[in-house]
Amino acid sequence: MRFLLVEDNVELGEAITGRLSLDGHAVDHAKTLAEAEEWLAVAEYDLMLLDVMLPDGDGREFLRKTRTAERLPVIVLTARSQVSDRVDTLDLGADDYLTKPFDFGELEARCRAVLRRRGTPMPAVIPLGAAFFDPSSGMLTQDGASHTLRNRELRLLEVFARNQGQILSKSQLLDRLFPQDAEVSENAIEVYVGRLRRRLADAGVQIETVRGMGYRMSAP
Amino acid sequence: MSDAARGPFWWRSIGQRLTVLLAAIAAVLAVLSWWMVTSFAREAAERTQDNVLVASATTIAEALRSEQGTILLELPYSAFAMLNAIGEDRVFYRVAAGGETITGYDDLIPPTLPERPGDVAVRTISYRGDQVRVVSVQRTVLAGQQPVPVVVSVGQTRTGVEAIGTGLSRTAAVLSVAFFLLAVGLGAVAANSSLRPLNAFAQAVTRRGPSDLRPLRRKVPDELSPLLIALNRLMERLGQSIRRSEEFIAEAAHRVRTPLATVRAQAELALHTVEKENEKKMLRRVIRAVDESSRSASQLLDHATVSFRAEALARDEVDLADLVVRVAESLSPTAEMKDISFRLDATAPAPVRGDLILLESALRNVLDNSIKYSPGETEVSVTLSQDDPAQWRLTVRDHGRGFSAESLPALTGRFTRGGNVDKIVGSGLGLTIAEDVLIAHGGRLELATPKDGVGACVSLILPAA
Amino acid sequence: MRVTHFARSLATVIWLAATGAEAFEVEDQKLYPGTGATTIKVVSTADLDVFEPFILQFQAEQPAVGIDYYVASSTELHAAIRDGEVFDVAISSAMDLQFQLANDGAAQAYTSPVTDALPAWARWRDQVFAFTAEPAVAVISRERFAGLPRPTSRQELIALLRQNPDVFEDSIGTYDVRQSGLGYLFATQEARNSDTFWRLSELMGRQGAALYCCSAQMIDDVGSGRLALAYNVLGSYAAERIARDDRLEVLEMEDYATVMLRTALIPATATQTEGAALFLDRLLQEGLRDTPETWVLPPLGAADQPEARAYGPIRLGPALLVYLDQLNREAFLRAWSDAMVQ
Repeated sequence: MRFLLVEDNVELGEAITGRLSLDGHAVDHAKTLAEAEEWLAVAEYDLMLLDVMLPDGDGREFLRKTRTAERLPVIVLTARSQVSDRVDTLDLGADDYLTKPFDFGELEARCRAVLRRRGTPMPAVIPLGAAFFDPSSGMLTQDGASHTLRNRELRLLEVFARNQGQILSKSQLLDRLFPQDAEVSENAIEVYVGRLRRRLADAGVQIETVRGMGYRMSAP
Repeated sequence: MSDAARGPFWWRSIGQRLTVLLAAIAAVLAVLSWWMVTSFAREAAERTQDNVLVASATTIAEALRSEQGTILLELPYSAFAMLNAIGEDRVFYRVAAGGETITGYDDLIPPTLPERPGDVAVRTISYRGDQVRVVSVQRTVLAGQQPVPVVVSVGQTRTGVEAIGTGLSRTAAVLSVAFFLLAVGLGAVAANSSLRPLNAFAQAVTRRGPSDLRPLRRKVPDELSPLLIALNRLMERLGQSIRRSEEFIAEAAHRVRTPLATVRAQAELALHTVEKENEKKMLRRVIRAVDESSRSASQLLDHATVSFRAEALARDEVDLADLVVRVAESLSPTAEMKDISFRLDATAPAPVRGDLILLESALRNVLDNSIKYSPGETEVSVTLSQDDPAQWRLTVRDHGRGFSAESLPALTGRFTRGGNVDKIVGSGLGLTIAEDVLIAHGGRLELATPKDGVGACVSLILPAA
Repeated sequence: MRVTHFARSLATVIWLAATGAEAFEVEDQKLYPGTGATTIKVVSTADLDVFEPFILQFQAEQPAVGIDYYVASSTELHAAIRDGEVFDVAISSAMDLQFQLANDGAAQAYTSPVTDALPAWARWRDQVFAFTAEPAVAVISRERFAGLPRPTSRQELIALLRQNPDVFEDSIGTYDVRQSGLGYLFATQEARNSDTFWRLSELMGRQGAALYCCSAQMIDDVGSGRLALAYNVLGSYAAERIARDDRLEVLEMEDYATVMLRTALIPATATQTEGAALFLDRLLQEGLRDTPETWVLPPLGAADQPEARAYGPIRLGPALLVYLDQLNREAFLRAWSDAMVQ
């Protein structure tokens, strides 16, 4: 997916950019509203992450004036957390609202939800052996039959699908799958891996256990 | 306590104060006018009597004549007939020449007598047990060659004058009372109509919503314009002050959260790039610390907002069913991350009166708690029901660890967390915020453990609109 | 000067010792004992036979109250009350004298629902109360008037007297105004109203009019034919006598009538004021009655008779004092004597 991040704080911007890149997303980082307008003029984005307090204005004003939100899904990032702001922002056309600091898992989940609501097609369906995986809808299709994956299964599968052939440690998977505020034991990963194995049994895709290292997904 | 509140009951209202003062003035004027009319009437009656007495005495004096040195007198009938004009009064008279009584009442001797012919002496004397008004006139009659001064005195009691005076006084008293009552009535009307602009002004202020700080634009009497100007200035200052503190809170939040967000984002990024398990552990700790402080900050801000807004509570119509749907929708990504599903049973319109933002905040906190304390792949149900026509019950039930029995009553206390929340980030303000909001709306929060003993049951109870 | 004095028919002449050395002449007296301790002393100018029916009626209603009834001439009555003689009620036909008593402070004020019901002209200062309105009338003997026209005015009467000196010579009776208070009142009021009075008086004087103290004797003498005409007798007495003596007739005079008010008062000296009040109220009720026939003394309503209406009854007021003035009285009596006593 292609994001336009409008965030004046350079360090935060870089961290978000880096984190989203890890998941294979492309991110353009604008530090001012003016810069954001320039980016919007030249490129197409799937989603905009908009900070509300910017040096050259208020993100909400920007939304109201440019009516960007009419054509582009927008998630507002704000350091303000007052409930009234949330209502205001949503009224101005933003699709969702996220208070800083946020969990990337939640950001991802919200992005997915926004895109689903908007009906925006996700970039591509990923072939997994005999099956096809659509990360946007969480659908796994094989021989015309579709299964909707649960959120954690979906995210786990997405991680495996984007890193086929690589060994992923339980700890890495844990960080992707669970919010950081909960202490989850690594055994939980085993449960989800087990579920995915069953889902993918007929597709000929395997998630093998690499002893002492983690898991690796490999196509036949 | 103002001076006005300490006075007698009627002193507490300007209208009653005006009415009472006007009535007091009217009473003074009524008594004064009664007294004046009475004394004028008495004086007029007395003067009339004097005039009649003078006329009577003069008529008698004119009838004096002398014949062969003897003074003769035929009392004219009219001289006495006219005395009947005043009333039923006793009449006395004396005609004396040089101190010798010619006719009449011998002992009717006024203290002063007219000195010269044409003079009139008027006196009130006590005679035969009554106050008698006596008029004496003098006429010189030529008896033979000798001019003899003859004094004619006519006296009359004052019953008629008193009766006229009393009658007019009574009439004046009746008129004064009527005048007084009329004045009191008109005074009350006047007081009310003078106070109408003040009442209208007060109502205009009262009718305003709690957050309406626009200046009042209305025509008021000159006396009220300083108040209006002062009130508008106060509202302007209040508005500025509120805006400033809101901006301050927003700015403060921004200043705190942006670096936190940076730290968290960097830490999370680093988490994916480091390999060593102890380094990962440290990073996770950093992230959790950040989360905890950010959550505390937002709940503190939320709590401040609730306290502030609850003081001047808005009374908009809010549909609880609609609220449930919207809050659940906004929280569903968070729930989804744990594969927690919402089951909503809130279809009927459920109107309540209150502050949408506060109510949303309350429900969000309760739902957020439920999500937070529920294990993955469980269900959180939200049920809207009506115990009785007067109140709505919004029950949030989760399948989390529930409340421990010993901590149940204290859970909504500030910064109190359950005894079984190990390792879950929270400030302990969530339920406090929710309860504060509900109490401000005339409702309450109920915490319970479901019958099957699994999870928790939180009920938000609100009076129906 | 021929003045006829008639001996009193019934009266015992009683000399009563007054409080001081004064005394006054009582013409008649009768005690009507009551069942209670109260006995009121009433002094009146009205003869017993006139007043007795009322007294009996009153005692039928108030048996407890005894009444000691004295008859005296109006001047005697006036003098007695003026000098402090103790009476509880004083009733007199001489309203000028009654007025003077009240004016000089010899009467008590009294009010009751009955006194309030009186017309304003029938009371003065709540001290003098009128209960009859009695005109002065001329009574003739039918026998002596046989063949003569009935005059309807003073003018016609004067003409008749002039034309028939033979009939009226020594046959006219009228009050001796020097003696009778009522006669003096009638004479002075008539003299004030009309100059025909003096012409009539002069004519009567020339024809040797007989002078009387009282109406009753005059009517007696007309009845007996001794007199052809009695002028200015009390209409009430005349009416009563005519009713049982058809030799008498009242001349219907249409020019004017002098109407006297018989008045009652409670003297300042009264001791039995409660009894006096009962008596007075009952008396005034008679004055207010609608049926004149029930008593000889006509009620106040009689003042509405056609002839009387032109002048109305003699007013109770200070003007009554005018003819009581010593100088005026002397002057009037001098003129009257000049006219009448020739």
